[in-house]
Amino acid sequence: MTEAYIYDAIRTPRGRGKKDGSLHTVKPISLVVGLIEEIKTRFPNMDPAMVDDIVMGIVSPLGDQGGVLPKIAALRAGLPETVSGLQVNRFCASGLEAVNLAAQKVGSGMEDVVLAGGVESMSRVPMGSDGTPWAMDPDTNYETGFIPQGIGADLIATIEGFSRRDVDEYAAESQARAANAWDKGYFSKSVVPVKDMNGLTVLDRDEHVRAGTTADKLAGLNPSFAMMGEMGGFDAVALQKYHWVEAIDHVHTPGNSSGIVDGATLMLVGNKAAGEKIGAKPRGRIVATAVSGADPTIMLTGPAPASRKVLARAGMKVEDIDLFEINEAFASVAMRYMKDMGISHDITNVNGGAIAMGHPLGATGAMIVGTVLDELERRDKKFGLCTLCVGAGMGIATIVERL
Amino acid sequence: MTESTIRWEKDADNIVTLILDDPNQSANTMNEAYTRSMHEVVERLEKEKADTAGVIITSAKSTFFAGGDLRDLIKVTKEDAAKMAEGGRILKGDLRKLETLGIPVVAALNGTALGGGLEIALACHRRIALNNPTAQFGLPEVSLGLLPGAGGVVRTVRMLGVQNALMNVLLQGQRMKADKAQKVGLIDEIVDTPEEMIAKAKEWIKANPKSQQPFDVKGYKIPGGTPSVPSFAMNLPAFPANLRKQIKGANYPAPRNIMSAAVESTQVDVDNAFAIEERYFIDLVTGQVAKNMTTAFFFNLQAINAGASRPKDVPKFKAEKVGILGAGMMGAGIAYVTARSGAVAVLKDISKENAEKGKAYSEALLDKQIKRGKMTEEKKQEILGRIIATDDAKDFDGVDFVIEAVFESTELKHKVFQEIEDVVKPDAVLGSNTSSLPITNLAKGVKRQKDFIGIHFFSPVDKMPLVEIICGEETGPEALAKCYDYVQQIKKTPIVVNDSRGFFTTRVIGTFANEGIAMLGEGLNAQSIEQAAMQAGYPVGTLNLIDEINMETALRIGKAARDDAKAEGKEPMPEHPAEKVMKKMVEDLGRPGKAQGKGFYDYPEGGKKTLWPGLKDAFGGDKGIPFEDMKERLMFVEAIEAVKCFEEGVIESVADANIGSIFGIGFPAWSGGVIQYINQYEGGLKGFVARARELAGKYGERFEPPALLVEKADKGEIFK
Repeated sequence: MTEAYIYDAIRTPRGRGKKDGSLHTVKPISLVVGLIEEIKTRFPNMDPAMVDDIVMGIVSPLGDQGGVLPKIAALRAGLPETVSGLQVNRFCASGLEAVNLAAQKVGSGMEDVVLAGGVESMSRVPMGSDGTPWAMDPDTNYETGFIPQGIGADLIATIEGFSRRDVDEYAAESQARAANAWDKGYFSKSVVPVKDMNGLTVLDRDEHVRAGTTADKLAGLNPSFAMMGEMGGFDAVALQKYHWVEAIDHVHTPGNSSGIVDGATLMLVGNKAAGEKIGAKPRGRIVATAVSGADPTIMLTGPAPASRKVLARAGMKVEDIDLFEINEAFASVAMRYMKDMGISHDITNVNGGAIAMGHPLGATGAMIVGTVLDELERRDKKFGLCTLCVGAGMGIATIVERL
Repeated sequence: MTESTIRWEKDADNIVTLILDDPNQSANTMNEAYTRSMHEVVERLEKEKADTAGVIITSAKSTFFAGGDLRDLIKVTKEDAAKMAEGGRILKGDLRKLETLGIPVVAALNGTALGGGLEIALACHRRIALNNPTAQFGLPEVSLGLLPGAGGVVRTVRMLGVQNALMNVLLQGQRMKADKAQKVGLIDEIVDTPEEMIAKAKEWIKANPKSQQPFDVKGYKIPGGTPSVPSFAMNLPAFPANLRKQIKGANYPAPRNIMSAAVESTQVDVDNAFAIEERYFIDLVTGQVAKNMTTAFFFNLQAINAGASRPKDVPKFKAEKVGILGAGMMGAGIAYVTARSGAVAVLKDISKENAEKGKAYSEALLDKQIKRGKMTEEKKQEILGRIIATDDAKDFDGVDFVIEAVFESTELKHKVFQEIEDVVKPDAVLGSNTSSLPITNLAKGVKRQKDFIGIHFFSPVDKMPLVEIICGEETGPEALAKCYDYVQQIKKTPIVVNDSRGFFTTRVIGTFANEGIAMLGEGLNAQSIEQAAMQAGYPVGTLNLIDEINMETALRIGKAARDDAKAEGKEPMPEHPAEKVMKKMVEDLGRPGKAQGKGFYDYPEGGKKTLWPGLKDAFGGDKGIPFEDMKERLMFVEAIEAVKCFEEGVIESVADANIGSIFGIGFPAWSGGVIQYINQYEGGLKGFVARARELAGKYGERFEPPALLVEKADKGEIFK
């Protein structure tokens, strides 16, 4: 099999995903075009016609984000008309799926250079805008026991005995780590400021991070899913399946769940020959990828089975991995993952995660690959494993080797 | 070619009146003859449209139209699906044609229009109902495990909106009086006389010469929105979840299909919506749950209402003056339902004060109804006027029906009967509301043993629909017939059983409670045990139930049964594993039940009850068995006990067993009752026997199938 190399990984800063967020005035296509421009700048020797495809995760591909945005972005960025585009959706794993797909395209020898990444302007196209039979078709919803993911996260905490204090402490630590990483410039290599058409900077820093927050401060927030669980009937649905649980402890709040943000990311993936042509040295290699699944009702326990699968595929053990990135959809997800895998927080999400920086749905999966690559380089370590919990119980995992 | 079920009359104004009048039945039903007749009528209307000013649909029967023919529907199988679909297409196609002819069509509802009857009316442009106090309107199909498959889902959703149609009409199958149906939006107008009804219909036709359904008018929007409207879409995911919550995860496909058909119907045009509705209907009608529920709630109940277990030769009886001994919770409730039925209720207790307290219970109930606008002060006074609270046996003068409801003690019961037996009418029925003491033995305390009978009410009396009538060895047919009539007089459903400790219902529900407790003793998770009962379809969990009953009481009943068996020289029943658990709860842990504020549950003041955390230390809770086994253990153990009751002659009627188990002791309604559950089990009785043996091997001898069951299974029979 051909090796798939990562030549670079860049991202926008993440803006608060609301009307008052800095990126709300910036169209999702503009975020992507800006990153394509940056790739062109960083690889001046690359003939853009070498790019076979642009694969991007977009979870709500409609309106501003609809209609195969990656192809349209390629056109708007002035790439040759031979460059194709593809939108992919695997819920929260879409970005990582785009990376994996790029690796598979290159690895199979069918394509040479692929731009992979993702974009989500959650302030413009709200989560859930695209609908889904899982929630909206009564027959499917009823038969599969659909519940919103936040209630699944609360159920994880209940079953694992994670108290409100536990998850708030985890969240405060994520904030502290992200703030520290920003202060020390750990993200400077990959974060590309978003500029407007006049070259004025719109945003150059993740604006969701709350440096200095504490578990005590977070304790004051109201639970996000208690009302929905009770009035919406979802607690009852969950408890019918988890029949040994008497009641769900609704511990998650906006403070210990991933932030709603706008952002995009792009990665240059190619084979060895392409790198030589471009005159670029590979930063990393995609070792193996996997998708798996777990119970859809609790929904968010897929990362561990996916991680075990990817390790087995790579012929590696947990101990071989230097750094883990688990998307912080909710604090309990990351905490349960560490427990499932028997790994320490010391090597997991070392620079914080989505609780602090936010989770632009379609992009996050690819962003964390860039984050782990940066950190492996900084620490002079070798292997990173990136994983996300995914809607409907899916899990995804990718192992990268820093070169 | 048989006769038409629809008569055609045309007046001088060119208004056609279609009179639904099936020549072969006392009520109109949606049978094959109707479908054919309606097809012919609509074809003729289409041809004569130019000469027709409008159409009135009414009925020559006392009701408007009774709905689908359940005798036909219960027979259909998956193989009939294609035929059903074609039939549905024609039936709905004709009604659709009728409502789109461009001429006004008015339903003149002279009486009850439930199910299919209302569906015909919904295909009209206006519904005028006669103010007939016995008339009911609604789409109650869900209560038989079905859905309104003749356009009822599609039209109510379009007219009322998804949420209103589901909540007010479809999911609960509410049966409404005309005024309520008007409020909900099913009926447009109510009139007082049949003449006025027809006159108003004609008037409306003349005023609206070119009618169409509101939802056929261009630009019509379904009230409340559809899945493509964000405000509706936002709440939609909670619809199925709340449904699951409401039915506690039990096996009820009908509400699920109704909700699905309702929502999906809004995403397509009317004709395609009918096709979707039809698919969900066929799925239900060919499925087992609809057959179970139709068996129980239509055929079984019909048999009971017709007096199947009542001696035929005894003339009809109406209780005029009912004497109630004991004004506790049960006595008070019995006085209430008696007074409501129009009879006088003499409520006697040891003190006048106690008796008045019992009467106050009725007052409180009636006040509650006044608050809800369902009762008037005048009517309340009239009802209360029929309750005589007393401590004097002399007030039992003229009583023609006695119901004793004192503490469960043979001596006490004997004593209170002796006080009044010479005061009441010489042929008065002497009934005892005992839930477990053998009637034959109680009867020995009175002179007229042939008039002595058990009349077992369930608590709370005003809500529970069942009464279990128990015949002692000496009980005569007159007493039974009168008792049956009294139960129907108070608008409850009677089942008839023979004497045995615990009779039928108490005996069967006892096995249910014991099974749950035994599971706890095996180290299974307490919450799972409760969920298993609820997801099997019971209204409450076993641990919750026994907390209500109280474990001290349960242990006392168990001991009494053993003592009696010993006294009679019979071999006492082996100790049930539940007893060990209850003894530990009562004797070691001091947690007998809710009355003491602590049982399997904690009962915090003003808070929600929660399982006692100490159960884990006391009994474990980490052991697991398949959840399906937990559910089936509860249902099997009751079904097997019911078969034993048949073997011992305690109960003789399958209908009584089915209805008694559902109405009296909460056996899952989807199953059609405790015997229908066996009949319908996968693989029939053979399948049930095999599974019972499997459960016996895993969980104890009590699951061993009784001989009668094995015999029937071997012969390939079912219980009839």
